[in-house]
Amino acid sequence: MDAQRSVYGLMAEFDSANALVEAARRTHAEGYRSTDVFSPFPIEAAWEAIGANDKRPQLFILIGGIMGMLAGFGLCYWVSVIAYPLNIGGRPLNSWPSFIPVTFEVTILLASLAAVIGMLALNGLPMPYHPVFNVPRFSRASQDSFFLLIEAVDPKFDRQRTRQFMQGLGATEINEVEP
Amino acid sequence: MERDILNTDAPELRQLQQRALIVGFWGLLAGVVGAVWFPDQFFRSWLVGFLFCLGLTLGSLGLLMLQHLSGGQWGLVSRRVWEASARTLPIVALFFVPILFGMPKLFLWARPEAVQGDAVLQAKAPYLNVQFFTLRAVVYFALWMAAAWLLNKWSAGQDRGEIAVTPADSVRFRALSAPGLIVLIMTITFASVDWIMSLDPHWYSTIFGLLTLVGCGLSALALAITVLSRMARTQPLASTLVPRHFHDLGKLMLAFVMLWAYLSFSQFLIIWSGNLPEEIPWYIERIQGAWAPVSLLLVAGHFALPFALLLSRDLKRRPSLLATIAAAVLVMRIVDIIWLVEPNFERHGFPIHWMDLAVPLGLAGVWVFVFVRQLRGRALLPFNDPYFKEAFAHETH
Repeated sequence: MDAQRSVYGLMAEFDSANALVEAARRTHAEGYRSTDVFSPFPIEAAWEAIGANDKRPQLFILIGGIMGMLAGFGLCYWVSVIAYPLNIGGRPLNSWPSFIPVTFEVTILLASLAAVIGMLALNGLPMPYHPVFNVPRFSRASQDSFFLLIEAVDPKFDRQRTRQFMQGLGATEINEVEP
Repeated sequence: MERDILNTDAPELRQLQQRALIVGFWGLLAGVVGAVWFPDQFFRSWLVGFLFCLGLTLGSLGLLMLQHLSGGQWGLVSRRVWEASARTLPIVALFFVPILFGMPKLFLWARPEAVQGDAVLQAKAPYLNVQFFTLRAVVYFALWMAAAWLLNKWSAGQDRGEIAVTPADSVRFRALSAPGLIVLIMTITFASVDWIMSLDPHWYSTIFGLLTLVGCGLSALALAITVLSRMARTQPLASTLVPRHFHDLGKLMLAFVMLWAYLSFSQFLIIWSGNLPEEIPWYIERIQGAWAPVSLLLVAGHFALPFALLLSRDLKRRPSLLATIAAAVLVMRIVDIIWLVEPNFERHGFPIHWMDLAVPLGLAGVWVFVFVRQLRGRALLPFNDPYFKEAFAHETH
């Protein structure tokens, strides 16, 4: 093996969620920041441990929701008051209680679209190729195994020392990730 | 650990029980004194108090069945609160008895002279009459008590390690809960028609049963949050209850707050759009004149404020803050019931009578006293549940 060949990172495999969370916590404490965790089911504690706390999706959703609210109410108002003013049962043209269902639905629609599109954009999806899949056992991440990745771009990353550190975490297997 | 869980002599609970008794005593004393001057008002206020306590109890029974069916840690940590609450059904049934005596004062259809001159009431008489009303109440309480009794009996057996300690045997909880929940939803729907909607026998709304049901669930969730946040301060629960549990219960409370608003608005929108003479007076009574501020208070306090606050993740994970909101929601539940009951009767001046606060507080005080007594009688966690050890084994601190 060529020692100079560059790698994408190092991938440690664990056999339980608890081991992964503990390893993630120690990795973060050690100072690694370009890390990621992979598990068959969501483990809130694991992404809290690596400090993954991106608030941008919330902002996208809020903006989407507010835009939807304005669009929904605006549509109803424009139709009922400006474009087609009709006298319905003697009610005022701006009968806002009847606008609320549409306003509500469009709010939900745009908020959820913002959530989906924002998630895809922030994750860089669709992504036809990603190095982590070069680890043969990685497909187990969606079945029964738990993985912790330390990327080579991390300033603290050192092929030998990081590998030693990972061995100390109680990983069942450590693999280099081909770029 | 098991002995710790059995130790239910927490000072928090003793203190709560003591205070509840004091509130109950003074509230009921004020009610009895008030009854001398305002006998009509006494029955209305009593109905408000009864409906509030009933909501806590039936909501607890419903959520108890729901968590047996769904599983999850939120259910395991709240189960004993809801079981204890469901065990108060006999005292709630006792609270119902004065309503039977006050029927002619409360219900227009129970006054023969009113029915005589009213074609609608005559047409509804086969359903809305004193005998059938009483019979239905007996049937509702019998069904509710049977479900609560069985679930609690099995749970006690589980604590002793006799029954339902294996996954195969604990199926009995689900076997009862699944049909039980359907029966509960049906009976609450009918009971809400009998005990609230028929106060205005000309008015009807098909969504009303669901709305009552959601109110019950919201009350029971707020109760669980209030009680659990107190118990989380001391052992044995301090080491078991973690922010995640309150987060889950907070999310459920947010869902119930939204559902209540959704159904309330649906009812309003349909009646407002129809604008029919037999439906709209019910709302005109409430959104115009003396009751308008109370309606606004409900929109703000029963929906907007708890909704906006409960959106925050951090707030839901802080038991004391969440409990403050839960307590406010419980107060709003009483206001909501007052708003449902009282505008059916004529009143001049300020809409809420002092007895509407004194009597419900008195009944709630007595109820809390009985509830905490029941809560202290058993282990605070179902430690013998086959899923309990599994659920708390993979604890990630």
